[in-house]
Amino acid sequence: MSKTVPVLIASLVGCLMIVAYFSPPLLPARQIAEDWFTIVATIAMLLGGANLCLHHVKKISDQEAGWGFSAVTLLSFFITIAVGILKVGVVPESEQQVKFAWSGPFQQEGSGFWWIYQYLFSPIVSTMFALLAFYVASAAFRAFRAKNVEAILLLVTALIVLVGQTRDREITSMFLPPPAEGVPTFIPIAFVTNFIRETFVTAGQRAIMIGIALGVVATSLRILLGLDRSYLGGDE
Amino acid sequence: MNRETRFWTVMFLCGSLFLAYQSFGTNRGVGQQFVVRVDATTGKIIPPTTDAAAPAVKTVIYEPAAKDDPEAIWSFSRTAGIWIAALLTLCIFSYLYRDNVCYKLAESIIVGVSAGYWIVTNYWEVLIAKVLVKLAPDVARYAFLPDTPADAKADYLYVVPVVLGCMVFCRLIPKISWMGRWPLAFVVGTTAGLKLILFLNADFVRQVRSTVLPLVVFSASASGGSELDLIQSIKNIVIVISVLSCLTYFYFSVEHKGLVGRISRLGIWVLMISFGASFALTVMGRITLLTMRLQFLFDDWLGFVRI
Repeated sequence: MSKTVPVLIASLVGCLMIVAYFSPPLLPARQIAEDWFTIVATIAMLLGGANLCLHHVKKISDQEAGWGFSAVTLLSFFITIAVGILKVGVVPESEQQVKFAWSGPFQQEGSGFWWIYQYLFSPIVSTMFALLAFYVASAAFRAFRAKNVEAILLLVTALIVLVGQTRDREITSMFLPPPAEGVPTFIPIAFVTNFIRETFVTAGQRAIMIGIALGVVATSLRILLGLDRSYLGGDE
Repeated sequence: MNRETRFWTVMFLCGSLFLAYQSFGTNRGVGQQFVVRVDATTGKIIPPTTDAAAPAVKTVIYEPAAKDDPEAIWSFSRTAGIWIAALLTLCIFSYLYRDNVCYKLAESIIVGVSAGYWIVTNYWEVLIAKVLVKLAPDVARYAFLPDTPADAKADYLYVVPVVLGCMVFCRLIPKISWMGRWPLAFVVGTTAGLKLILFLNADFVRQVRSTVLPLVVFSASASGGSELDLIQSIKNIVIVISVLSCLTYFYFSVEHKGLVGRISRLGIWVLMISFGASFALTVMGRITLLTMRLQFLFDDWLGFVRI
């Protein structure tokens, strides 16, 4: 019983989504279900926030190694929430909105929440991604060896596309006769790069996308038919 | 104090002295940010004044301005923000040396801030803009969203997702944790239904349709007739053969021997070329990000680059 009702809910809602796509009169019901989905998923995100708090509070109360960092995490978490929900620094933007307490946009430039995004969230996230440039280069240096045809193809293509994206690509046109007046310079490596991107990359990505689509369809059907119940967890 | 600690102490001292000199010894400053005051309701710039009799403006917003702008004023919050962002950037870069306290500090901050950021965003964009507007439109209009239509009626059907959402918290209470499966099933079922159609339509049907291409392409010539477009024809032939060979490689119901084996080997080569190009594009993307961060440090913060 504890698993039958959830399976029924998943099947009914999933089938409604599919049927509504083919039946326009059911589109409002699909829209409502999508709204409900967003609301439930949002409230579920609060559970994630609660779990984060519990995890770090436990680390602090047990004084585990690195509990100070947990305190920093909790502090930044609660400060962000307080600043964002109280709309610290937000001012109403029109005459009509002046009399309303929280009527300005919560991400308004100059507000506290904007400051947190601009000077804490965005720099750290983009630097973390930028850091990957070093690790990708380091991993490639250690792992890439031209041992067989496949590895050679991968290496040569990577090299061509890398050079074809930089200004150094113009070196490859130095050995060609100068173009006629008004005709743009032909850059061979840029032409090859474009050819690779428009043919092999498109084809490879397309085959992968078709494979993924078939996989998603099969998994979705298994869920809707109640054959896959792994998302419900074990017996409790 | 060991040799390594001495080295880093000297490095930090040199860095601090350099920053102090840049801040106070030069007229450029470090990370100085200037703004102009703008009346939010009219959009007009408010000139800086010391006249107490000047009319007070209720709703002031601040917009970035150049240092030499006569109406610009120094912004403490933005200058502090640039400094904090620069120091956090250096904290993250310090991981290139090894895992250390500065990196862990920045990591802890981003965990808390990102969790809080998404909760706040969802609070305003979903809980207020969707739930409160549907359940209590008058309250939403009065307190949060003045643009809510005055004739909007409450739609109590939206109590259902709120109740379902609250049932998620049942997972924290072992005796009734089974109730937490209902909202989960709702989310999984909706996702399955939506994704099934989405992937079937966009990633299967459309991709197959895009692969059905003419192998010989004719285009309009300058003389008004039509001529063979050799490059486009070659491209189309390569795309069709490559997609078919890749799909043959992914087809595991037949043993990859003989003709099938040779076609699937061609598929592997196409995939390798595709992965090589993707790798190069990823590296380029990361290097661009790295350049942007260095530009932030050397231009926005230290002010070395002036274009």
